[in-house]
Amino acid sequence: MGTIGLIAVNAFRESVRDKVLYNLVFFATLLIVASYLVGQLTAGQEAKIIKDLGLAAASLFGLLIAVFIGIGLVSKEVERRSVYSVLTKPMSRTQFLLGKYAGLALTLVVNLTVMTIAIYGVLAWMEWSSPANIKAAWEAPALDPALLKAILLIAMELLLVVAVALLFSTFSSPLLAASLTLGLYIVGHFNADLRNLEAVVDAPVLAAVAKGVYYALPNLAPFDVKAQVVHAQPVTLTYVTLTSLYAVGYIGALLALASVIFGRRDFK
Amino acid sequence: MKAAVETADLTKDFTVGFWRPRPFRALDRLTLDVPAGEVFGLLGPNGAGKTTTLKLLMQLVYPSSGSARLLGRPVGDIDARRRIGYLPENPYFYDYLTADELLGYFARLFGHRGPGCAKRVGDALDQVGIGSERRLQLRKFSKGMLQRVGLAQALLNDPELVVLDEPMSGLDPIGRHEVRALILRLRDEGRTVLFSSHILSDAETLCRRVAILAGGRLVAGGRLSDLTELRIRGWEVVVGDVDEAAVRRFETVATRIDAIAERRFTLELPLGHPPERVLGDLLALGGHLLSVQPLRETLEDYFVEHVRAATGSRFAGRDRPAVNADSSTSGRKVG
Repeated sequence: MGTIGLIAVNAFRESVRDKVLYNLVFFATLLIVASYLVGQLTAGQEAKIIKDLGLAAASLFGLLIAVFIGIGLVSKEVERRSVYSVLTKPMSRTQFLLGKYAGLALTLVVNLTVMTIAIYGVLAWMEWSSPANIKAAWEAPALDPALLKAILLIAMELLLVVAVALLFSTFSSPLLAASLTLGLYIVGHFNADLRNLEAVVDAPVLAAVAKGVYYALPNLAPFDVKAQVVHAQPVTLTYVTLTSLYAVGYIGALLALASVIFGRRDFK
Repeated sequence: MKAAVETADLTKDFTVGFWRPRPFRALDRLTLDVPAGEVFGLLGPNGAGKTTTLKLLMQLVYPSSGSARLLGRPVGDIDARRRIGYLPENPYFYDYLTADELLGYFARLFGHRGPGCAKRVGDALDQVGIGSERRLQLRKFSKGMLQRVGLAQALLNDPELVVLDEPMSGLDPIGRHEVRALILRLRDEGRTVLFSSHILSDAETLCRRVAILAGGRLVAGGRLSDLTELRIRGWEVVVGDVDEAAVRRFETVATRIDAIAERRFTLELPLGHPPERVLGDLLALGGHLLSVQPLRETLEDYFVEHVRAATGSRFAGRDRPAVNADSSTSGRKVG
């Protein structure tokens, strides 16, 4: 295993030993299981409710893991000075950063897998226990594989958010980095309004600036296909692939920028 | 002799102040050679620039100007790092790992794998006296124990150059004794040890050469023997068979008079006052000369004299030079 792999495994181990992670995964799984009970209250909508709540829980708790554990991975190391003994080992700062990123990406993927298994487990129980006349009213089958498309895009979005968190944590304190990352996440979901600003205001300069900001900031809205999947509307593989490629490109740019900033940083 | 560490006009400026940022020179044109195979002490009061120097050498901070080489390679060279061990000041490690796991991780970063890796980890922990505690998470370790783990990780790669920032910090007297023995053993094995300290007795015990920093500047340095042993600051005369009243006549001359037994006294005479005259008078009073020996300057005397002269302050290290401040002593080479 190379240097990046070693750092990634250690970062994964750090996350796994963090009690915060267990709490988040526990509550996410609890919410997914509880969605079964909520589903029972809505005749004919059981599977839809479980999918809705399950995907929302996976997305929300994934975000919390990405932000709060992601921020700590680098800024906590700098703050506590554990970075001194690591960075003086035979490695570049870029390798360190990429290893940290890969470690948290692995943590997220493993947790998302756990949540996915929980969602499909509840849906399988629903499928097995529901009579045929109720199943006939469902928009999509309970064990719809299209859910995986939504989960894949949630994963890609979270990987992008982790890259944002990592970038901010290379130059700011954990609290500031968390605030900035959450802020960018919210903006990322609503920044389509920036593109359309010229239709609302009569100020060409402002509209041009807004459009520039729109292109510079991550556009996270396309990653949210939960509603389409739950309502059995088509989400093409091309769409999933292109959106994923956008995430990969953006992550690459963020990591490159983080590497430049971290590479020049003085650890006073 | 080949130098393990070379710095040339190494300078570091930081910016301090949030509302009114202003430059602050933490290290001012440090030129230094550390010969290979020696123990070299970087001394200075708190805030003198010792840690900044070591961080520059380990590329944890980047120089504002000047350059440095370790083992003949530019600072930051990844291959050179394989041959260097570093103990940071007040080390902190991943507290969710055990000492065994931490060192295993670091050993793998150095490229060691398999049973050889485990043996290396075990040997390093044995060297610093970490026993069964190695299986405990580091969050349960005391400061002194963490310091030992820090030393173990600095020795893990069998380094040619060991850079230790305040290695005795947090250790109890036995721990300090063990670390001193460890440093001497490293020297005997042919390794170079560069360590920082403000504890002068450690430097006196361990170092062949020292450099003294104050206010970010190199104020003195060289072979310890050259710095102290040749400089005599006075004389210690021991006389017997003499009355106290007779000895007290010399109170105006002696810097100190101690009674060490009945009718036996020690007189400390300043360098400017030849002992022969006092001795003549004492012998004339019926006393007997028991011994005369020169009082050599200690490292502490030397240190205090130079640090005070450099900073112009009793509280050396607090008055820091601004950028571009004139420095008459910087630029001189020590090694």
